[in-house]
Amino acid sequence: MPDDSIKKTVGVALGVCLVCSVLVSTAAVTLNAIQEENKKLDKIKNILLAGGLLSDGMEDIKAAYDEKVEPTLIELATGAIVSEENYDKVLNIEHFDLKAICSHSDYSDAISPKKDIANIKRRPRYMLVYSVKENGQTDKVILPVFGKGLWSTLFGFVALNKDMKTVAGFTFYEHGETPGLGGEIDNPRWKKMWLGKAAFNDAGEVVIEVLKGKVDNAGANANHQIDGLSGATLTTRGVDQLVKYWLSSDGYGPFLNKLRQEG
Amino acid sequence: MSKYRKVIADPIFHNNPIALQILGICSALAVTTKLETAAVMSLAVIAVTAFSNLAVSIIRNHIPSSIRILVEMTIIASLVIIADQIIKAYAYDISKQLSIFVGLIITNCIVMGRAEAFALKNPPLVSFLDGIGNGVGYSLILLLVGFFRELLGSGKVFGISVLALNTEGGWYVPNGLFLLSPSAFFLIGFIIWALRAWYPEQVERD
Repeated sequence: MPDDSIKKTVGVALGVCLVCSVLVSTAAVTLNAIQEENKKLDKIKNILLAGGLLSDGMEDIKAAYDEKVEPTLIELATGAIVSEENYDKVLNIEHFDLKAICSHSDYSDAISPKKDIANIKRRPRYMLVYSVKENGQTDKVILPVFGKGLWSTLFGFVALNKDMKTVAGFTFYEHGETPGLGGEIDNPRWKKMWLGKAAFNDAGEVVIEVLKGKVDNAGANANHQIDGLSGATLTTRGVDQLVKYWLSSDGYGPFLNKLRQEG
Repeated sequence: MSKYRKVIADPIFHNNPIALQILGICSALAVTTKLETAAVMSLAVIAVTAFSNLAVSIIRNHIPSSIRILVEMTIIASLVIIADQIIKAYAYDISKQLSIFVGLIITNCIVMGRAEAFALKNPPLVSFLDGIGNGVGYSLILLLVGFFRELLGSGKVFGISVLALNTEGGWYVPNGLFLLSPSAFFLIGFIIWALRAWYPEQVERD
């Protein structure tokens, strides 16, 4: 049979596609469970990291998480805790998927461009926040934050101390910024700069900011400023904006106010 | 036996895909800031080149020449997706760092080049070995570049501190250039220079 007959060409093309698709889907399906597990573990690891609970060589990350961290589902607009009877298929602690919620019109709202400083387009109505308990009392809260950097949406956590004013930890668990430049947001030394910085002033306004360049450590504002990353102006600006957005009254403001009143 | 040995050994020094053919440079720049990522990337490329060569060679007498490249691409793309899935499942942290670059093996000219130049004309076993040889040749350069970039850029080898950094109380001031892509160009340039000084027959005549 000549190699270039139409029949043979179509036949070979179909055969190759069939075999390849079977192989690819088998790999994707069989490995999916492990991959999901990895993603979950990675997120847990980052929650512990933001809460300052992760130590080197920690073996059982899951056990540490279960012991110290308590997830709560809150409604952003009011800051109220969503009670369990209001849970449904999408809205529950077990299967809370931030990205799915943001794309679902029943669970999120469009943000007007003026207010959308974090550049996220839609704000979820509900958020899963985490609190770290110490002797039955809330010691820290860990708040998921996200916003646009230069290339990608950055997903991370900001942790606040029990005064609900100072930063207890800061980390990103998913982003696609340039390695070595914007990717330096993963640098432990930079993340350390956030510790103890004042996110709010005494009047309750959001004051934390990431500068372009270095913070003047002797200056009056040093307690709420963080060095920008050199070579990563736009990523740094994105981080600055997303933190401001999520701590403002559009973000966790109502929830934090509630905690302060109770606390 | 010597024929097989030649097929494997040739691409490592005599006909190195990066150093002589100057193929696959883009990924050599992107994944070599650390040895760990370079090693995983190397394994992925070796596996993909070997198996794509094998698969193409098995069906080489049945591939219609009009859709030859499409068939090769389909096979390569499938293998790359499988490799990517495996890395995501068993080396999640590394897969996060490699991000898009595993997927970009598809566009790595070495894989396509070997399928076209070798596997289409040779029987399966020797094609498979040729794939391994070329993969290893690529890996060797990747690991060399990765070694120097990690050592000089962050004072570490495989994540273990070798040179004590000044930021952590040591004496070594890391050279930030080595964390950026251009440094890989310099290093690859030096490697090519060294190889051609060693094997003068590799130098192109004008």
